[in-house]
Amino acid sequence: MSTRTGKQTVVLSNPPVVIGGAAIVGKKEGDGPLARYFDQIIDDEYFGEKSFEKAESRLLRDTLVKTLDKCGKSASDLHFIISGDLQNQCTAASYAFRDVQVPFLGIYGACSTMAESLSIGAILIDGGAAEMTACITSSHFCSAEKQFRYPLEFGSQRTPTAQWTVTGAGCILLEKQGNGPVITHLTNGTIIDMGIKDANNMGAAMAPAACDTILRHLEDTGRNIDYYDMVLTGDLGSFGRSILIRLLKDNGIEPGDRYNDCGCMIFDLESQDVVCGGSGCGCSAAVLSSYVLELMNQRKINKVLFVATGALLSPTWIQQGDSIPCIAHAVSLENIQ
Amino acid sequence: MSKKITRHEYQHLVEKTMPPSRVFRDVLAAFVTGGLICTIAQIFFMGMESLGVDEETAYMLTTVIMIFLGAVLTGLNIYDKIGKFGGAGASIPVTGFSNSIVSPAMEYKKEGYVMGVGAKMFLIAGPVLVYGIFASVVAGLIYYLWIQVM
Repeated sequence: MSTRTGKQTVVLSNPPVVIGGAAIVGKKEGDGPLARYFDQIIDDEYFGEKSFEKAESRLLRDTLVKTLDKCGKSASDLHFIISGDLQNQCTAASYAFRDVQVPFLGIYGACSTMAESLSIGAILIDGGAAEMTACITSSHFCSAEKQFRYPLEFGSQRTPTAQWTVTGAGCILLEKQGNGPVITHLTNGTIIDMGIKDANNMGAAMAPAACDTILRHLEDTGRNIDYYDMVLTGDLGSFGRSILIRLLKDNGIEPGDRYNDCGCMIFDLESQDVVCGGSGCGCSAAVLSSYVLELMNQRKINKVLFVATGALLSPTWIQQGDSIPCIAHAVSLENIQ
Repeated sequence: MSKKITRHEYQHLVEKTMPPSRVFRDVLAAFVTGGLICTIAQIFFMGMESLGVDEETAYMLTTVIMIFLGAVLTGLNIYDKIGKFGGAGASIPVTGFSNSIVSPAMEYKKEGYVMGVGAKMFLIAGPVLVYGIFASVVAGLIYYLWIQVM
């Protein structure tokens, strides 16, 4: 049974095991520094489908199949699929799994969705409600541009704080027992809004949420940031990352080299023309379920704090002049044995 | 957060540390791009005049040709790159206006010709049309009153 410690942290007494993961990404991500860790790189932005929306669904479905194959499991072993994306009404996920006869929980936490999904999956398993869950999220550059920005062929410039939505999906299978890193703690964030109104500056909007959740996690667990080999935020980008480092330092925490941001890792910021880096539900999911998981399985790192951040805005609210509410969820992954 | 920072202080910090726009590079690129588009239009105009087309028809045909070129370059996935390089230099000329209509038409074709292409075509150009027509009406009224008074 899960218990609570401190104000916001859940301790998982039977820590669910990450038995495997897989990530499928698009061409641009496949040209990035993490290319060799991804399970598949697809050059066609349509993934053989007729629209970008359908392509994103296909991406989710293929990623789940790939993960199940890698782990030697089948869909009938799953008790829940917990999935989300950036399309309106989370439809990439709903359409992706409409033919899979597995109980489905569709969730939305913008770019924090992967951590939200892992939180729910871990609590369900620890509480005895499930033996195995699939936590899977995606984003697609073209469907996100269409929804949040301009048509692809419209000639416009990006502001210096903009980020690039990742085309990709990441899936993690959690099981009650098995081999692999385990999820020991969850610190789910509160919604933090520091009044940033610029939808092209989501890194700055989300940094205070990430800071709040990290501080809360450390306080609740009594851990020092040195406890972790790697602290990873999901998708603040280079500018948001620099602000987070500053906010942590103001609170007496020196994150050092152990800290990085998935948005800064998935692309080469110098050469790939992505301004401040990657974003989207697929960004942190793909980095976690490929690169991070592999390093953990090879025991190169043993303790990871995964802090996925989300900007919970919609174009309508921004056009109405409101600011951007943000959230960050922290998931503590550890090699225990 | 443990150490409270107010919204005002935070916004100030963000503004202070934000990476700046490359104003000089952007202005220069806009100047070159916009200038080049206008030079091409001028070549068409002068070419037509030298072929004996009267001035008014040549103006009209030049505009039509530039709109056509903007649409074709959008369809060939080229105009977005020009826009990315040239910014306002690519969006202000009539080629940019053409790009702003053709690009949503292409993007929303998947949603059908009525609710997709038809309904979304003026997504970006709509405000330009609304306020452009409104401004021309106001200017016309002022002109009309000016003539009456004089």
